Amino acid sequence: MALRIGCAAAPGRAQDNKTGSWRVFMPVVDMEKCILCGTCVLICPETAVSDKDGQILFDLDFCKGCGVCARECRAEAITMIQEEK
Amino acid sequence: MVDKSLELFDCGHRACGGCGPALLARLILKGTGENVIVVASTGCMEVFSTPYPETAWKVPWIHSLFENAAAVASGVEASLKHNNRTEKVVCICGDGATFDIGMLCISGAFERGHDITYICYDNEAYMNTGIQRSGATPYDASTTTSPAGRLSTGNSLPKKDLPPQILNAHGASYVATASVAYPMDVMKKVEKAVNTPGACYIQVHTPPCSTGWGGFDGSKTIEIAKQAIECGLWVNYEMENGELTAAKKVRRIPVETYLKAQKRFRHLFKPQAVTEEIAKIQAIADANAKKYGIDIERNE
Ligand SMILES: Cc1ncc(C[n+]2csc(CCOP(=O)(O)OP(=O)(O)O)c2C)c(N)n1
Ligand code: SF4
Ligand code: SF4
Ligand SMILES: [Mg+2]
Repeated sequence: MALRIGCAAAPGRAQDNKTGSWRVFMPVVDMEKCILCGTCVLICPETAVSDKDGQILFDLDFCKGCGVCARECRAEAITMIQEEK
Repeated sequence: MVDKSLELFDCGHRACGGCGPALLARLILKGTGENVIVVASTGCMEVFSTPYPETAWKVPWIHSLFENAAAVASGVEASLKHNNRTEKVVCICGDGATFDIGMLCISGAFERGHDITYICYDNEAYMNTGIQRSGATPYDASTTTSPAGRLSTGNSLPKKDLPPQILNAHGASYVATASVAYPMDVMKKVEKAVNTPGACYIQVHTPPCSTGWGGFDGSKTIEIAKQAIECGLWVNYEMENGELTAAKKVRRIPVETYLKAQKRFRHLFKPQAVTEEIAKIQAIADANAKKYGIDIERNE
């Protein structure tokens, strides 16, 4: 008799859960001010910031709008704005 | 060197906005790289990252009980060794799981010297079950089991000095503390620990738990974490084979700055300042500064 204990989930299945719906404030970057230091990419607890081809991109499907990126950006390039929904 | 641009902790997890432990999970996996098996105890990180059938982990991850992560990791490591496999084994457990209920299994794993890295994410209370005090809760913090009130100024015991007193006493080859305030330092220490043979221990300060510490918004995660270090209540250091080999130096700020921002210490300031209690907390910071030699002298 096979006795099964425990259960397994497929890697990365959390992406089913679009945490962007929690957001009240949305980060917006001013690329004129951004010095591409990469701080925001490194410190986002949601893995929702990336830099590609000299642009800072926010993944709004998952960004919770916590504002950590805006507060820690030393160039003050990110502002949190109230989102129209 | 591992490729630190790899994202092995995925979005979609259910941690509060600005959660320190969520950021730490990302940073740990950047330090370990893909070739890792994670063992987790019950706690916030386990709950927010793996509501079945979802998981934010893109590496093998196993959850057992609140108290036995170190024992499970020991078994995983022994089996990998027997089968000549190369995966690193990393425990990631809360402060309640580490300082209190898991101590028996941690002691066993470190005594046997398994090649594991045990990482405690320290949010300074049992947060997942509603903010009960743990052995890692700082002096005078108000929690649901150490509430401040007319007859109490909060938690009556100091934070247990676990890494040097207990892990070093077990002969751990590498013992370190870190903080999410300094992400590069976290990744570097994790990478060093997983590549050091034998049982290693890292304790990472993961402020703020905006729910459990309260009084500020989630955007201040890094800011509050930095203040803890700048006032001397948290010290980032490394110990190799029992000897202190590095400690982050600071120009210290008074503990008030750090305490005042948090609801769990509000009773020390309102309705009026409880100066003798604040002085006791300042004395803890002063003792830390002396013990680890963290003060930058004026002419340095
Ligand atoms: C044997 C046992 N006792 C109690 C619990 C309930 N419990 C689950 S998580 C938790 C607190 C975890 O605290 P900590 O390790 O600090 O992690 P955090 O939630 O703060 O991240 C408790 C008491 C349990 N799961 N198992
Ligand atoms: S933290 Fe600010 S300056 Fe640095 S990359 Fe992000 S937006 Fe640009
Ligand atoms: S607001 Fe928070 S969740 Fe959104 S991108 Fe910035 S750090 Fe990430
Ligand atoms: Mg905890």
